[in-house]
Amino acid sequence: MKKQNVLARLLKDIFKQYKIHLMIVFLCIIGNAFATVQGTLFMQVLIDDYIVPLIGNPSPDFSGLFQALIRVACFFGIGVICAFSFNRIMVTVTQGYLRNLRMQLFEHMESLPIRYFDRTSHGDIMSVYTNDTDTLRQLISQSIPQLLSSAITIITVFVSMLTLSLPLTGVSLVMLCVMMVTSKKLGSLSGRYFVKQQNDLGKVNGYIEEMISGQKVVKVFNHEEKAIEGFRKMNNELKESAFQANKFANILMPVTVQTGNISYIICAIVGAVMSLSGYAGLTIGTLVSFLTLNKNFNQPVGQISQQINSVAMAQAGAKRIFDLLDQESEVDQGIVTLCRVKYVDNQMVETNERTGHWAWRHPRSSGEVELVPMIGDIRLENVDFGYFDDRMVLHDVSVFANPGEKIAFVGATGAGKTTITNLINRFYDIQNGTITYDGIDIKLIKKDDLRRSLGVVLQDTHLFTGTVLDNIRYGRLDATDEECIEAAKLANADTFIKHLPNGYQTMLTGDGGNLSQGQRQLLAIARAAVANPPALILDEATSSIDSRTEKLVQNGMDKLMDGRTTLVIAHRLSTIKNSDCIMVLEQGHIIERGNHESLMKEKGKYYQLYTGAIEMD
Amino acid sequence: MIKTLMKQIKEYKKDSFLTMFYAVVEVILEITIPLLMAALIDRGIEAQNMNAVTRYGIMMFVIAIGTLLLGFLAGKYAARASTGFAANLRDAMFTHIQTFAFSNIDKYSTAGLVTRLTTDVTNVQIAYQMLIRMCIRAPMSMLSALAMALMINVELSMIFVFAIIFLIIVLGFIMYKAMRYFNEVFPKYDDLNESVQENVVGIRVVKSFVREKHENVKFQKAAQNIYKMFVKAEGILAFNNPAMMLAVYGCILLLSWLGAQSVVAGNLTTGELTSLFSYTMNILMSLMMLSMVFVMITMSLASARRIAEVINEQSDLVSPEKALTSVKDGSIDFNMVSFSYKHGDGEPVLRDIDLHIHTGETIGIIGGTGSAKSSLVNLISRLYDVESGSVCVGGQDVRFYDLEVLRDEVAVVLQNNVLFSGTILQNLKWGNENATLEECQEACRLACADEFIQRFEDGYNTYIEQGGTNVSGGQKQRLCIARALLKKPKILILDDSTSAVDTATDASIQQSFEERIPDTTKLIISQRISSVQSADRIIVLNDGIVDGFDKHENLLKTNEIYQTIYETQMKGKEEA
Repeated sequence: MKKQNVLARLLKDIFKQYKIHLMIVFLCIIGNAFATVQGTLFMQVLIDDYIVPLIGNPSPDFSGLFQALIRVACFFGIGVICAFSFNRIMVTVTQGYLRNLRMQLFEHMESLPIRYFDRTSHGDIMSVYTNDTDTLRQLISQSIPQLLSSAITIITVFVSMLTLSLPLTGVSLVMLCVMMVTSKKLGSLSGRYFVKQQNDLGKVNGYIEEMISGQKVVKVFNHEEKAIEGFRKMNNELKESAFQANKFANILMPVTVQTGNISYIICAIVGAVMSLSGYAGLTIGTLVSFLTLNKNFNQPVGQISQQINSVAMAQAGAKRIFDLLDQESEVDQGIVTLCRVKYVDNQMVETNERTGHWAWRHPRSSGEVELVPMIGDIRLENVDFGYFDDRMVLHDVSVFANPGEKIAFVGATGAGKTTITNLINRFYDIQNGTITYDGIDIKLIKKDDLRRSLGVVLQDTHLFTGTVLDNIRYGRLDATDEECIEAAKLANADTFIKHLPNGYQTMLTGDGGNLSQGQRQLLAIARAAVANPPALILDEATSSIDSRTEKLVQNGMDKLMDGRTTLVIAHRLSTIKNSDCIMVLEQGHIIERGNHESLMKEKGKYYQLYTGAIEMD
Repeated sequence: MIKTLMKQIKEYKKDSFLTMFYAVVEVILEITIPLLMAALIDRGIEAQNMNAVTRYGIMMFVIAIGTLLLGFLAGKYAARASTGFAANLRDAMFTHIQTFAFSNIDKYSTAGLVTRLTTDVTNVQIAYQMLIRMCIRAPMSMLSALAMALMINVELSMIFVFAIIFLIIVLGFIMYKAMRYFNEVFPKYDDLNESVQENVVGIRVVKSFVREKHENVKFQKAAQNIYKMFVKAEGILAFNNPAMMLAVYGCILLLSWLGAQSVVAGNLTTGELTSLFSYTMNILMSLMMLSMVFVMITMSLASARRIAEVINEQSDLVSPEKALTSVKDGSIDFNMVSFSYKHGDGEPVLRDIDLHIHTGETIGIIGGTGSAKSSLVNLISRLYDVESGSVCVGGQDVRFYDLEVLRDEVAVVLQNNVLFSGTILQNLKWGNENATLEECQEACRLACADEFIQRFEDGYNTYIEQGGTNVSGGQKQRLCIARALLKKPKILILDDSTSAVDTATDASIQQSFEERIPDTTKLIISQRISSVQSADRIIVLNDGIVDGFDKHENLLKTNEIYQTIYETQMKGKEEA
């Protein structure tokens, strides 16, 4: 996107959100400019009308002057009120817009596909919310009002100049063009570096975030020096681009101010020649007035140029903000939604009651709405998938999970087990084949509803800032405290939670900071249990839990899995032995399938794995 | 606080002074321009003297070019000084953070430190640049205007003096009020940053549970908090501009009234009165500039305080002054150790641990979830300090060692495996930056990682995404083990680092340890009996207390907890 477009888009956006505020601001600025003009005009008449006539008068009457001063004071009062009003309103506009922008960014970010997060550094994303958004602050709060009031001054002065002398106005205009061309040149130079500066800042942000998050590893490897060295490199790059950007922005002001002075000189000389030769009827008085106007004309132009700095910076920030906003959201063309149903005479009827029964609401092209009971029948047929189109990681994978069945995936690390589960909840879309849920192609199901129907315990556990209870309730927001505690008991997390300083009300920060990996997994299981979904995906859900605890959890897990379709990934074969079907994956192919007994009889890969004859890799 | 920051100007002092110098000369030249303008009109145009017009014109032109050049230089040096200063601040903070103990980092949170290093530094950078460009310049042009006014008429100039005093009081009050709110604004930035970080890292959880809306609401609160605080702070600053206008307008009115009377009384000429008015404008302009600087400074003071806080933070863990620089052997002793994460208060996580491990031994550690296994081993490489008792490595208290030396000899594969964005080779070289490709491959073979790396299209040059999202859990663990092996340590600690690796691979990793690094003391935390049963001795931890420490066979006979674990795991096998 072009820089200009960025700025235009930004301004349009602000105007759209704060139309009334900005109109009031505009009026206030006019009011303020008006007061200033009154002040200047008054100073011209003060001497001629109120002082000179009184000189030599032994008992001068100042009442006329007093009245005039009262009148001017009123104008000034209006000016001050206007100034305060627009300053105060601009605070609301600025901060309000930044807040809305942040919210918009966040909302959009939440809608982006997983792929985006895979390839963008975390700190770089964070930088958009703070550093890039902050670049707009000065633009909105200072530059915009400044530009407006300067523009008003320029226009009034320009009109007065036209009435005085056409040729001299021409000279002033030529110099204005010179000023604008150089400003534009310098502005675009500095703008280019500001873009680089914001990118570098994002990189530094990303690096710091990664290094501090991984501080434990940095420490145990004595990698501090190396980390600092890496940091210095980026820090220097940032310093350099910031230097260049600021340098060009800083020299803008002297350039415009001095061009203004030179314009004054040229006008004076040209004007003097003209008036002395009597050309175009230019009198000396007019020339003097014109020169004052020329000065008043150049001053606001200089003021505008002072704002170029913040404009260029804001452009750079806005570019990165819009880049994020322009990222394409997850496409969701789903039409099938989830709804509660009740059975009336063995007939499904949509309802708002909490019956515990769910159905897919499938609108047909005929206009009819078909209700398909949600039972958790998941099928993958001939699925091919690759994270990149040219590199497939799954080949011709077919999985049939009947309602209530427990399906296990076994295979070497990197064989594609986790990938399969990521396809079912549509974190990624498949290249070939079909995946159906209760006979409906998952591409037809609204993503939110699809994901709501799947409970997931992921390999990497992530907790959120909040109490333990909040974290369990994450599974279902309207769950009562009792239900959450019940789920924690099911996951065998209750015991350790009770030992925490404030029990269920203990605040967790920094991704569950001081909890052990195993405790975090127990919480993740409780979280999934509260969600109470018809189908479950357990991806190494108990890998960090010790076997004694696991055995206790297992009872709960069995209860949890009862009647639900469950897809399990686990390294400990003992935990998946009782599965209805076990798939053995190797480099993206399913090479064996069957239950434990049949696979053992087959004496293939599974048999070898189970008996420890071969490694999983 | 200011002093702490000032120290970081370092090599940019020269640039800062040059900026001020050029700015002062620039302002002196600039003051002459209006004088020349007046002369050009009075002696040139009004007197119809073409020579004077060109003469003053040329003089003005020369001065304009000179001012331009000076402005150029001042701008350039200001940019270099302020951006350099900012870079130094970031460097000082980042370098210092590297010495932080975890307790220090927890205090600030990752997101909080990120804000301080970027947003806060940017604020200070902008304020500093304004300061060196304007701090001398603006008062100087104000004072010179005031001086000129005084020369014309002392009594009337008193109006200016009063106006300036009035402004100083009002601006001081505004600043004092606004500061309080600004101090509260930036902690809100930390919250916002953390909210974003949490969501970026845990996006899969958010999406799986369809919690986008819920997160939006949470985030909106964070954004709204910043809004509220900022509006309060800047709402007060909005008085700034009108207060200044009030002062200037007051001056104009008083000057008109008193000036008119003086002129009529013959104490003042009309020309002098006009000059006084133009000085009012001069003072106004410099006040405008000052107030802009002043707004930025008010805001950046809050940021400066936050930066100084980080730089002045005392690390909870530091190398002693006369540190030991070599570790004799890989023996480890825990002498009546108690430990808690919060010094002084909080329940002790480990109690009365007394263990003695010989060099070269392989020690298994087993225990329930939350039994403080990780806490125990974290004390060995001194990631935390004990509450009471002592931990010795090679016969010496770990607190006597230089931290770097200690951690070079004690390699830990953490439970929370972290890989950094970069190629596999780059990640491995964390263990030893001088390692050759062969050495890396050797380490990977030991950790059973070579085989899957070879299968990657780019082999050892495969790029790892941040957090290692593009390798599986088991692959990540093996890479982390290889990385630790490259250090060739005296003590190797595996903190449940093979949980995602299958039993057979696990066994072969252990076997290669046995064969290839027999002299290294090995501590292996695991959930699986099979991973530890071949160890020389096994520690059974229960709720922060050592419940048993013996050979597998003996523990089976004597230790109840061990028996239960064994039975639950073996039963699974038998059923097969």
